[in-house]
Amino acid sequence: MEKMISVQGLSKVYASGNIALDKVDLEIKKGEILALLGPNGAGKTTLISMICGLVNPSAGSVSVDGYDILTEYRAARRLIGLVPQEVALEPFEKVINTVQFSRGLFGFAPNNAYIEAVLKKLSLWDKRNTPIKELSGGMKRRVLIAKALSHEPRVLFLDEPTAGVDVELRKDMWQIVEELKADGVTIVLTTHYIEEAEALADRVGVISHGRILLVENKDQLMHQMGTKELTIHLQQPVEKLPDALAGYALRLAADKQSVIYSYDTNAERTGITGLLADLSGAGLLLRDLQTSQSSLEDIFVDLVKD
Amino acid sequence: MNLHAVKAIYFFEMARTFRTLLQSIISPVISTALYFIVFGSAIGSRMVAIDGVSYGAFIVPGLIMLTVLMQSVTNASFGIYFPKFIGTIYEPLSAPVSYFEMLIGYVGAAATKSMIIGLIILATSFLFVPLQIAHPVWMVGFLALTCVSFSLLGFIIGICARNFEQLNLVPALIITPLVFLGGSFYSISMLPPFWQTATLFNPVVYLVSGFRWAFFDTADVAVTYSLLAIALFSLIFVVVIALIFKTGYRLKP
Ligand SMILES: Nc1ncnc2c1ncn2[C@@H]1O[C@H](COP(=O)(O)OP(=O)(O)OP(=O)(O)O)[C@@H](O)[C@H]1O
Ligand SMILES: [Mg+2]
Repeated sequence: MEKMISVQGLSKVYASGNIALDKVDLEIKKGEILALLGPNGAGKTTLISMICGLVNPSAGSVSVDGYDILTEYRAARRLIGLVPQEVALEPFEKVINTVQFSRGLFGFAPNNAYIEAVLKKLSLWDKRNTPIKELSGGMKRRVLIAKALSHEPRVLFLDEPTAGVDVELRKDMWQIVEELKADGVTIVLTTHYIEEAEALADRVGVISHGRILLVENKDQLMHQMGTKELTIHLQQPVEKLPDALAGYALRLAADKQSVIYSYDTNAERTGITGLLADLSGAGLLLRDLQTSQSSLEDIFVDLVKD
Repeated sequence: MNLHAVKAIYFFEMARTFRTLLQSIISPVISTALYFIVFGSAIGSRMVAIDGVSYGAFIVPGLIMLTVLMQSVTNASFGIYFPKFIGTIYEPLSAPVSYFEMLIGYVGAAATKSMIIGLIILATSFLFVPLQIAHPVWMVGFLALTCVSFSLLGFIIGICARNFEQLNLVPALIITPLVFLGGSFYSISMLPPFWQTATLFNPVVYLVSGFRWAFFDTADVAVTYSLLAIALFSLIFVVVIALIFKTGYRLKP
């Protein structure tokens, strides 16, 4: 697939000496949804801010649809919509005015029909003449999204769009993201909700201490890194596992009545058949079997702990 | 040139102005009226005419300058400081807008507002003293140039200020004394010789003198010097702003 954003050797050292981003390389494909995961302070916002022109890069380069963000900033920025992490809105201004303002800022002629459609999509149309300070927190987030969509962007950055948003609104936002993707918009979102990445993303990037640890197709990632666990419930509790089973690295659960076997789903042999045979050979009687796959969250926690 | 953006910034800022227009107008109009009552009527009635102009009329240009300078600096500094303070500055900074376009939008709106207030004070003055304006076009020209030039200064202050205290400090600490000592309420020829020379280092002298010339056709310093002075200030302010923009100082980490 064609690439939309290309980040090369991008670094940011803040005036405080803090290395927030360390030689990051990243390619984002046209029309994909990339979820950036990483603990607080990993550098997600810094990365997005540099691409959008809010932070001066210390080194490296970025191009958006082939346009360099510094030398061809007009062409690059016209394509980009940004929903920032922090809610920042003019409190006394009416919803519709700030959204129209954003459209003008990005060099687009007024288009009332389009703005109306955006506000309706975000359920803000009824609130269009309300001053922003009278809106709830969730509505303010939607105003931020409306502003970012006001100029028909081809790339949308959503920096923690669903932080502090209730379940229903979060589902609404997911719906909107899906619709934008269907329109061919490239979307980069950061989130601390793994389920969000799992639900939306085509690819997942994990960032920690200013470095991208991996960028991987989501399904592949879960498949590749996914270890499965087989829990075997026994009919009778055992005090100790027979020595004959030592080769399987089994764990005995606290209730002494079940053993847990971890295996790699990609391995040539999972060892399950042998294990089951050896279990009965050792005189243990099975009552039940159960398998579970590690989630993106487990993978993520594994990756960033160091 | 991203004209849509310039228009968007300008009208967005003007909307803020119009939301608070009454407040912005009432205080300068009331203080002007007070100045007229105290200086124009009470003290002025005991004063001899200066250069053939009655004292009440003589102080009108200085009074307008006092308010216009203060308004330009405060409006422009607040206009850029406020979006920085509440964080909405992210939007123009991430938009396909050049710094020059941002400057036209923000400074243009601030200058327009102080121009409106200056004209309202002028209108108020007509209620108190008989006034004739010798060079009306120059009068408006001087007013506009002053508004723009000191809105540029305000823009610099707004970018550099770290808090609201600093925002108020420069107008109170620098502009007010300069205006009061800049011949707003007297002709500098009334000063002792040493102070006449010292005063020539006060930039406001040139503004007030030129502005007064537009009203009464008499000036402390030649009009060309006044024009040159305004041009010089504007140039200095623009250079400073260009440097700020180039480095992203206080705008981009
Ligand atoms: N303006 C700044 N000046 C100095 N340091 C900064 C600045 N902004 C961010 N940092 C530092 O850079 C690092 C990365 O911050 P960043 O905001 O990019 O993290 P993040 O991944 O977005 O975190 P979060 O999940 O909390 O939003 C942090 O150590 C932070 O303290
Ligand atoms: Mg962040």
